[in-house]
Amino acid sequence: MKDHSQETRYATIKLRGIKKIYHIGEQELAALDGIDLDIHKGEFAALMGPSGSGKSTLMNILGCLDRPTTGSYKLDDEEVAHLSDDALAHTRNAKIGFVFQNFNLLSRISALENVALPLVYAGVGRRERNERAMHFLEAVGLADRADHQPNELSGGQRQRVAIARALVNDPHIIMADEPTGNLDTKSTKEIMQIFEQLHDEGRTVILVTHEPEIAACASRQLLVRDGKITRDEGKGVVMDVV
Amino acid sequence: MLFSESFSMALTSLYANKMRTLLTMLGIIIGVGAVIALVSVGMGVRSNVTSSIASLGSNMLIVSPGSSNRGGVRGAAGSMQTLKYDDAKAIQTKIKNIDYVSPTVSSSYQLVNGNMNWNCSVQGVTPEFLAIRSLEIDYGSFISTNDLDKRNRVCVIGTTVAENLFENQNPVGQTIRIKNQPFKVIGLLKSKGQSSMGQDQDDMVYIPLTTAQERMLGITYVQSINLQVSDSGKMDQVQAEVEQLLRERHHITNGKDDDFHVRNLTSLMETVNQSTSMLTLLLGSIAGISLLVGGIGIMNIMMVSVTERTREIGIRKALGATFMNIMMQFLIESMVIGIIGGIIGIGLGCAASKIISQFGNFTTVITALPIIVSFGFSVGIGLFFGIYPARKAAKLDPIEALRYE
Repeated sequence: MKDHSQETRYATIKLRGIKKIYHIGEQELAALDGIDLDIHKGEFAALMGPSGSGKSTLMNILGCLDRPTTGSYKLDDEEVAHLSDDALAHTRNAKIGFVFQNFNLLSRISALENVALPLVYAGVGRRERNERAMHFLEAVGLADRADHQPNELSGGQRQRVAIARALVNDPHIIMADEPTGNLDTKSTKEIMQIFEQLHDEGRTVILVTHEPEIAACASRQLLVRDGKITRDEGKGVVMDVV
Repeated sequence: MLFSESFSMALTSLYANKMRTLLTMLGIIIGVGAVIALVSVGMGVRSNVTSSIASLGSNMLIVSPGSSNRGGVRGAAGSMQTLKYDDAKAIQTKIKNIDYVSPTVSSSYQLVNGNMNWNCSVQGVTPEFLAIRSLEIDYGSFISTNDLDKRNRVCVIGTTVAENLFENQNPVGQTIRIKNQPFKVIGLLKSKGQSSMGQDQDDMVYIPLTTAQERMLGITYVQSINLQVSDSGKMDQVQAEVEQLLRERHHITNGKDDDFHVRNLTSLMETVNQSTSMLTLLLGSIAGISLLVGGIGIMNIMMVSVTERTREIGIRKALGATFMNIMMQFLIESMVIGIIGGIIGIGLGCAASKIISQFGNFTTVITALPIIVSFGFSVGIGLFFGIYPARKAAKLDPIEALRYE
């Protein structure tokens, strides 16, 4: 039986027939082989799959870092599958916050400047940039480390800086690629609490992981195998923000 | 994104790699410095030569006798004996736009003072010679009209002659013997040094023209007449008038050859200017090559920097940096290297040029043109050699760049 409540929900991400084909010599290799996927606003989705399954490719396409060979990708009803490099850059800047496995902070600048970096490319003035960056550093509990460089911070702290950076331009979607891959258990717990909190605040979170315990934190689990989504559990579980 | 953001980003990253930035800049610093220093040397040579030609007298016309022609046998140039002191006087009175007229004769004689002797050229001149050759008197006085009229045995000597005949004594008031005739030294000239032709201009003795003609050489003609024209624009006109006048005075009918030549020092000046310009250009272009090498150094370092910072570029692109954002960041870095290197190079080049003139005892001339050109060049080089690495950085695929270790 169809759940009517699902249809009224707003699908932030709408993938239709997404294929990504790599040419290796004469051979064609389909990293993604026809993906149809809707992710609704406020969902917390975990993307799982063994290495080589295509989940990273899917992640890159979802994050507007890459373009599919064919198919349609509507992000907030806007077709982004075949935009130019610069248009994709603007889309990433405005709508997507990234959290990476190895943090990817710039090592020569302070935590605060790292957090403020997306705002530089958004064209926000210095004063406002620093205010907003400080606000999000406070939110992840690192206000007292604002002037520290990344190498003066622990792994968990670095990842919190990265999360603050992902949030600073108020994106619709947070993409986290193995965010706890390089962290110890304690930090992992802290970071996952932050993601759950973000989910509670009504943000859309997409998490790539290969650890079932981590995936279990999410409300929806997607399994990618051989370029296809082979399992989809907990679809449409969204925190009520009404 | 604002330009100032790109600028401060570039400065931050240059500052973070101080040593590398400095070494890269060194190429530009040396290039710009070398251009400025070497061009100033070239210009120095030019001004040296020009002023030594000018010291021969500017706006000079030299009238010299033609070669004799007796029964088809031609003599050497200047062997005609038709040019007279009266010709000089006639030129002075009849032709306008002439400041000075100075007829001369010369010959080499042995000079004796006590047990010292010396051999040099003795010139018979008129008082105008002082002005026309831009000579200056150190002690005493120059030959006067009175000396000329009375055919006095007086002489004015150059510093080389003074050193050889009097050592450190003051020669003025002493008597020397020239061709066994006693001459009173009435003046000592200021040193003029070597001429551009390598001639010692201080190795000279001047005596009144009439004394030389009648008491020494026993001749009635003059060997040359130097004219100083008041305006360089009137040189050709005056030259034509002088030629016309002398033809009349020497009764040379139309169609016959002149028995004199009128030569113009302006053309010599032009030739010298041309060759020193070539020298300056040569020095400048050699230095320019080092500037070019410096530019290639910038490109080299920027390429390394792009490779080294691949991950940084990936992060910036993932966070929304566009092609232009990255391009500007790297381009500004290489231009800042060019600009700062250029400024330091200008300072260093000017200092080097001052040091050369101070310790090398050599005139150097710093002009604005090489400074502006080499500075513009260094900025241009920063821009030009920065474009390729900056484009390379800006075109990086963010996924590849993020994966780069």
